[in-house]
Amino acid sequence: MDVLSDAVFLSRLQFAVTTMLHIVWPIFSIGLSLFLVVLELLWLKTGDDDWYRHARFWARLFLLNFGVGVVTGLPLEFEFGTNWATFSSSVGSFFGNILGFEGAMAFMLEAGFLGIMAFGWQRVSRSMHLFSTVMVAFGASLSAFWIMSANAWMQTPAGGVMRAGKFELTSYSAAIFNPNMPWAVSHMWVACVETSAFVIGGISAWYLLRGVHSAFFLKSFRLAFIATLVLAPLQIFLGDGSGQNVFEHQPVKGAALEGHWETNRPPQGAAWALLAWPDKQAQRNRWSLEVPDVLSLLATHSRDGVVRGLRDFPLQDQPPALPLLFYAFRLMVLIGFWLLFLGAWTAWVSRGGGLQPANMRTQRRLLQCWVATIPLGYIAAEAGWVVREVGRQPWIVYGLLRTREQASALPAGVVLSSLIAYTLVYLLLALAFIVFARQILFAGPDMGLVPTAKNAIHSP
Amino acid sequence: MPSPLLLADIWYAILGLFLALYVVLDGFTLGVGILSLFTRDESRRNTLMASLSSVWDANETWLVVFGGALFGAFPAMYGVVLHSLYIPVTVMLLALIFRGVAFEYHAKSGTQRFWRAGFGIGSLLATVAQGYALGALLGGLTVLNGVFMGSVWQWFSPFASLAALGVVFGYALLGATYLVIKTDGALQAQSRKFARYFGWLTMAVGGMISVWTPLRFDYVFTRWFSWPETLYFAPLPAAAVACFVLLLHALRREHEYRPFLWSVGIFLTSFGGLAVTLYPYLIPNTLNIHAAAAPPATLTFMLVGIGTLIPVMLTYNAYQYRVFRGKVSTQSHDKTSALPKGGTGPDY
Repeated sequence: MDVLSDAVFLSRLQFAVTTMLHIVWPIFSIGLSLFLVVLELLWLKTGDDDWYRHARFWARLFLLNFGVGVVTGLPLEFEFGTNWATFSSSVGSFFGNILGFEGAMAFMLEAGFLGIMAFGWQRVSRSMHLFSTVMVAFGASLSAFWIMSANAWMQTPAGGVMRAGKFELTSYSAAIFNPNMPWAVSHMWVACVETSAFVIGGISAWYLLRGVHSAFFLKSFRLAFIATLVLAPLQIFLGDGSGQNVFEHQPVKGAALEGHWETNRPPQGAAWALLAWPDKQAQRNRWSLEVPDVLSLLATHSRDGVVRGLRDFPLQDQPPALPLLFYAFRLMVLIGFWLLFLGAWTAWVSRGGGLQPANMRTQRRLLQCWVATIPLGYIAAEAGWVVREVGRQPWIVYGLLRTREQASALPAGVVLSSLIAYTLVYLLLALAFIVFARQILFAGPDMGLVPTAKNAIHSP
Repeated sequence: MPSPLLLADIWYAILGLFLALYVVLDGFTLGVGILSLFTRDESRRNTLMASLSSVWDANETWLVVFGGALFGAFPAMYGVVLHSLYIPVTVMLLALIFRGVAFEYHAKSGTQRFWRAGFGIGSLLATVAQGYALGALLGGLTVLNGVFMGSVWQWFSPFASLAALGVVFGYALLGATYLVIKTDGALQAQSRKFARYFGWLTMAVGGMISVWTPLRFDYVFTRWFSWPETLYFAPLPAAAVACFVLLLHALRREHEYRPFLWSVGIFLTSFGGLAVTLYPYLIPNTLNIHAAAAPPATLTFMLVGIGTLIPVMLTYNAYQYRVFRGKVSTQSHDKTSALPKGGTGPDY
């Protein structure tokens, strides 16, 4: 087959596979670490030892998840060099710099306090332990900031010019705070926290359904559910803003993910395809189900705003895999609204103090939906990354550098081998995680755990 | 603003510091992993892993910091070096995966042996890959106009194989002396024995490399055997030998901390020797750091952003070591496992 002898395509595929199988871990690490901070604060504030037991229970899942996140993330940093050597030397003076910041500021912070957070309960004071947990959570979120800033720069490069094949930086602040950065950071960070809230809520719902530790897990279910009431609408707002940002700064990507071919002429608004099958070769949709004016509303918040169509752009600047983009985008949006609905439904049930251990078992359908929703946040995030990265093609840095010209020259067989190796290993890790996480969940929390007395902290 | 040449030199030094920290810290971590291959006793392997559980992540993170800093400060080198070392780097990353997840996965009943074997073999493979990378860099790689033009197998050579062997022995030495600090009883006695063996082996291979490199590579000969450079550099090998003698002495006297410190001494003097041999190159006679450096504005900005963090990073890393100082006891495996055993949560 052709693609198997195309080293650049294989390098792209390898980056896609390793990124997509990596991102699930930091998503939960970022959200869960914040949840651990909340639990520890609640324990210290209320003195209720159940919060302590919650902290210890979720920390087990956190450690398992975090370990996989660390080891699967390491190859990503190095793949920029191994598979994208030209890219590295073209833009490294900015891009690599930001990755360096991520390592020194964020990852080291996490790693420096992780051991204390995980194993230091009996070795440091309560406030020092809380401080360590906060530092781990802060480090995790800070890494999201830097990596999203770097990725946003690949979408909307700013703060410098290309000269003789190298990016020359003129303004750090313009490059770091590039036009896509605020939306990229906030949309992804909220995606992490929202997904985690639904995972925590879903796991708690699973215990409630089984009637095990009901009072205990109703506490975490409530926390998660209250968080989603804020997060789900916020995420839809941020998604809308991100979309407008795409239409403003990457119009060809916006047109591609909406299957929009023909630029509208005001007062005519652009029609929005609810469903369609975009055909790049024919330069039109094979079929579509359209709603008039809605795309103008979505993209510009005005009924007759101009939305440029794909045919306005030369063929070589149009993204590939249009149906993939089109449906990945719709899948993400659909899940976003389902999460909003699920939160609203739970709010309806819980009005007037309806969420009590005694009557939870009558709400089986609701709880089952929470359990079934556990993977959905992850799926939405993966779909979002497909939209973001495939939609940026054929550029590695939008408008500046083409992907195909920035890869390392490598024999296809070597890249194919590493691709297969990474895929198998990453899948094995995911599989093992599921088995072990299941074991933690079935074992349940240790209800006999008692916090170490304040004066019993010992150092060997 | 400091001159561009000075900035590049400063970053060469900072990268040297990050790499030295990584090599020593993950060196002993990987070394303990290599030593775990020498024991069949599963509970002993548990103890070995428990001695690392609170620190392995921070130790590995120095590689992330080093990689990021190299990427930003010398982008052209980052691409060329990793491209030319595609196979050893990929093997190292995959091996580090098995080494790392073992800490969380190995307590699972049924597959314990698999993950513990992964810990040992992963540690060994990662070390071998790093040794080949070092050997390949010293031996030189084909680079034209800032692009790697050699074969994807160029890193493989008899010389690089010897370097790989040296790194395996050296890491095992660091691991053994670390275990002298962290263990007691029979395990400690065995670690002393291993430290002695691997000390001799490390010095033997180190000596062979020191003789081979100037004979084989002209640039090394010129650097070391022209007057007055010989005079400036002579203290380095002398100090390495002195550290070795002191190491053997400390092991005989059954000191606990000193063997590790003298092993680190051997590493740092060898590392210093490599640095003065290579400067101002990373790949001999191809990429000069002054030519490969990022623009001065980047180097300055990074110096503010990362340079000022160095003492901070060192402080909280040191704090973590302080919190977990002392011996790892045999039952501490239960305390450090993330996984429940037999249905009850661990009470750490």
